[in-house]
Amino acid sequence: MRLLRWFIGLLIIAAFLYGNFFIYDGIIFYKLINVILFCALFVLFRVLFGPSPADRIVAVDILGILIVGLLAILGLVFDQSFFMDIGLIWALMSFIASLAFAKILEGRYLDD
Amino acid sequence: MTLQNRSRLFVFIFSFLVWLALTSARDVEEVIAGLIVAALVTIVAGKFLITSEKSGHIIRRIFSAIKYLIKFLWEMTKANLHVAYIVIHPYLPIKPGIVKIKIKLTKDTAITVLANSITLTPGTLTIDVNPEKKELYIHWIDVLSTDVEKNTKTIGGKFEKLLTEVFE
Amino acid sequence: MTREVIGMVFILLGIMFDFFGVLGLVRLPDVYNRLQAATKCVTFGSAGILLGVFIIQGFNNFGFKALLGIVFIFLTSPVAAHAISRAAHRSGIPLTKETIIDQYQEDNELKD
Repeated sequence: MRLLRWFIGLLIIAAFLYGNFFIYDGIIFYKLINVILFCALFVLFRVLFGPSPADRIVAVDILGILIVGLLAILGLVFDQSFFMDIGLIWALMSFIASLAFAKILEGRYLDD
Repeated sequence: MTLQNRSRLFVFIFSFLVWLALTSARDVEEVIAGLIVAALVTIVAGKFLITSEKSGHIIRRIFSAIKYLIKFLWEMTKANLHVAYIVIHPYLPIKPGIVKIKIKLTKDTAITVLANSITLTPGTLTIDVNPEKKELYIHWIDVLSTDVEKNTKTIGGKFEKLLTEVFE
Repeated sequence: MTREVIGMVFILLGIMFDFFGVLGLVRLPDVYNRLQAATKCVTFGSAGILLGVFIIQGFNNFGFKALLGIVFIFLTSPVAAHAISRAAHRSGIPLTKETIIDQYQEDNELKD
């Protein structure tokens, strides 16, 4: 049963990679950005169906770090350095948001 | 020069250099704005960077810091390959548990760096620090033994000696 | 030309490790294991992407922003991981059934 599920997942990933790298017609950076967006889809799955609140917080934290890489590649595509500014600020805000969520999960509030 | 003033001077020079690198300053206005921003940063947070006199020679400390960095990057690469192996495997070969290790470092900075290094190296994640009893609680994805002394040697021993040379 | 090839290799490696980390976030059984896989792999992957961008761009302001991003990610993501895992343990989110030992729980019960 477990092996079957693993195999189905492998098929989905292989189909995505084949379609992305051999059928889709675009420059290499767009293909890489597609892979990161596919990862973000997995993360959103964890945000939606995570069984406990901590799972959702972890997923949001990870999404923040993924976005930094995405913005760096976007900056390479358009050759503009302000994308990296957005990335740095995004990382900062997502870090502070994770700390605040963790504090609330622990039962302490912001005046503590 | 007192310790606080030295710390402030260091913060001022460092933040001004970072400003120059980030804006690639071409005009006089940008340089002046950088001076103002660096002065503001120095007023607000200047005295927190250097808080105590360090012993030991500066060149030897920088040398051991570089040695530590190389070791850390190597351990981190190994950690990622380990996680990749676990994730691809169909049956998820994990044996998780939370263990306790003892630390010998005394300074807060050193303990923080040690905890962060443990988080980023193979199979271990620092959960909590007990500063009074000098213990770290660590979630281990593949528990090999439950003995405190043995775990201290396995998990913390890799970094603790180098960190002692760098920070103390 | 050589610089761009080396940078692209780093970006590809980074995206590969990002993908493994997100796969771990979906597959592993409880919050702590997910946090381990995701924090390590996604931090390393995003740092790889930023290093590749730095190698392609060289020493201009885009490259320096990418370097600052690497330092920032390495400093913040373990701290967020500690905060989330400690909050999860204190708010009583259970460990998975395969767990063999929990010395943190034992010590906290002794203290109370």
